[in-house]
Amino acid sequence: MTPRIYIPGDSGALALGAEKVAKAIEKELADRGIEAKIVRNGSRGAYFLEPMVEVATENGRVAYGPVKPYDVKSLFDSGFLTGGHHKRWLGAPDKIPFLARQTRLTFARCGVINPLSLDHYKAHGGLKGLHNAVAMAPAEIVKQVTESGLRGRGGAGFPTGIKWKTVLDTTADKKYIVCNADEGDSATFADRMIMEGDPFVLIEGMAIAGVATGATKGFVYIRSEYPHAVAMMQKAVEAARKAGLLGLNVLGSANAFDIEIRVGAGAYVCGEETSLLNSLEGKRGVVRAKPPLPAIQGLFGKPTVINNVISLASVPIIMDKGAAFYKDFGMGRSRGTIPIQIAGNVRYGGLFEAAFGMTLGEIVDDIGGGTATGRPVKAVQVGGPLGAYFPRSLFDTPFDYEAFAAKDGLIGHAGITVFDDTADMLKQARFAMEFCAVESCGKCTPCRIGSTRGVETIDKIARGIEPEKQIELVTDLCNTMKFGSLCALGGFTPYPVMSAINHFREDFKPAPVAEAAE
Amino acid sequence: MIMQPASTEIASRTAAIVQELKGLEGPLLPILHGIQEEFGHVPHDALPVIAEALNISRAEVHGVVTFYHDYRSEPAGRHVLKVCQAEACQSMGSDVIAAKLKQLLGIGFHETARDGSVTLEPVYCLGLCACAPSAMLDGAVIGRLDDEKLDEIVAEVRS
Repeated sequence: MTPRIYIPGDSGALALGAEKVAKAIEKELADRGIEAKIVRNGSRGAYFLEPMVEVATENGRVAYGPVKPYDVKSLFDSGFLTGGHHKRWLGAPDKIPFLARQTRLTFARCGVINPLSLDHYKAHGGLKGLHNAVAMAPAEIVKQVTESGLRGRGGAGFPTGIKWKTVLDTTADKKYIVCNADEGDSATFADRMIMEGDPFVLIEGMAIAGVATGATKGFVYIRSEYPHAVAMMQKAVEAARKAGLLGLNVLGSANAFDIEIRVGAGAYVCGEETSLLNSLEGKRGVVRAKPPLPAIQGLFGKPTVINNVISLASVPIIMDKGAAFYKDFGMGRSRGTIPIQIAGNVRYGGLFEAAFGMTLGEIVDDIGGGTATGRPVKAVQVGGPLGAYFPRSLFDTPFDYEAFAAKDGLIGHAGITVFDDTADMLKQARFAMEFCAVESCGKCTPCRIGSTRGVETIDKIARGIEPEKQIELVTDLCNTMKFGSLCALGGFTPYPVMSAINHFREDFKPAPVAEAAE
Repeated sequence: MIMQPASTEIASRTAAIVQELKGLEGPLLPILHGIQEEFGHVPHDALPVIAEALNISRAEVHGVVTFYHDYRSEPAGRHVLKVCQAEACQSMGSDVIAAKLKQLLGIGFHETARDGSVTLEPVYCLGLCACAPSAMLDGAVIGRLDDEKLDEIVAEVRS
């Protein structure tokens, strides 16, 4: 049997030197005259172990990590091609605690298979959902998705099935499926990982959405900051077309569906669904007022399903195993699994897919292992630049849409940034306002002007100019932005700002002036 | 000094790109990406050609070009270095990294070195948040930046 070596081609692994490791392994194979097949898989998401190299042995796969180029020679000397022991030896990858504790539904194949091999995809359960879908009536598919309890994983948490039903029930000569892959929130990389590690699951999910709603054309709008994901999706779409998964007859059925990959141009606000639609149409990425809902008048005025990458990538397993299977995971009205992304100043950073319901403390302390710097955790921001900062006192909050809302926060795209005790929360609050000012599309006043005034007011607090009065002003301003903005950019910027003020008030006290010290 | 093509040449090369892409649904962004790839920036002289071909006003094209951060009005340096300044990288000291880079390269954000070697830009998230702080040099990703990696980057852009 020709040995098979897996070296991730995921950008996170590449950022940690996977390409150099691959080159070193290739060279070592050539020098030793060994024939082996190298597979560039995605990442399993344990970034503290990347680059994680795996070999297929008679007893299953064996992982080694984090592998440095200078480890390669000794790996061969230790017989790593047959799973030999080495200081980087990790054993069976699915037994690594960080991975063993997860419930992988959406990410089941990510990091396991060759992302561009449809044979691998099918061998690991791929396409079963789409096969089931093409044999069903559209309304039946929509019912399954609705009953699964799947809610938009992009942040808003709107029930996916309800969106689909609206599009199905709206008559039009053309309908669209738009995948929002403009994942701009810091601490989030789930979309990137799935596009780089298992692109066919997204294509399958979009094709199911097309069959379910009568849409024949899909767009994936990927941010330009993700060149590797763009390249991978383009290759995967071509492969899917060749295999008859996309085209005039999806899997030989009477349904036509094709996908086009589009690249954004560096505007954060285009992650908002209506500005994304404008951007796709070739306009400025300005937010549209709702109604009309995109499901009724979306892209080019036609009924449009616009869903986040993870929402669409979660559909195939629902259509494969059934709504009840998926719904069985989770708590309250948050059903299924959520890929939590643990990032920032954290010891064990990576992607952790689990059923809803774990507490923030379990995620940060048990799974994440505290900070990378070894200092105490001061705050965690959940949900990207528009998410709230949580102090340790709120670490008992369970990961659930409603529970987070009750604590004036949001799950967003489920990214968690950990900060140690050196973090200055006034600086973080100011950054949130500044980011909003730079990225505002300019359509509505609370966001456009409010964010700039917010920066100025927070600067006054920093300079110690009537801080109490300024805090009152910022609070009032946040209230206006929250309720007066057209979209989540202006509407949610108050979350990081107010949570920083409310939970870390000590950082908003002016620095003691030298003369005042006694 | 980077030589810029003459306006007639810009017009003809732009027209070829527009011709190739204008059949797409909502073709303007793909066209602008194509133009930036061709010239390294979106030259002012390209705008009327696009406007005429798509039957929209020059003002509309100008509005779109200026809305998006990615489109450059001037060519970038031979290398483009993007340093992440978003929250996850902030938590790992991206501000210190940025300050060091500015000092090592002698330029600020959105500036190009006088010898045309490198353009330095902030970027808000590369999706490498579990390997912070991160950067991207000419499309290649770099994680867990430290002094050693900064020196390597500087050596590469200067070579």
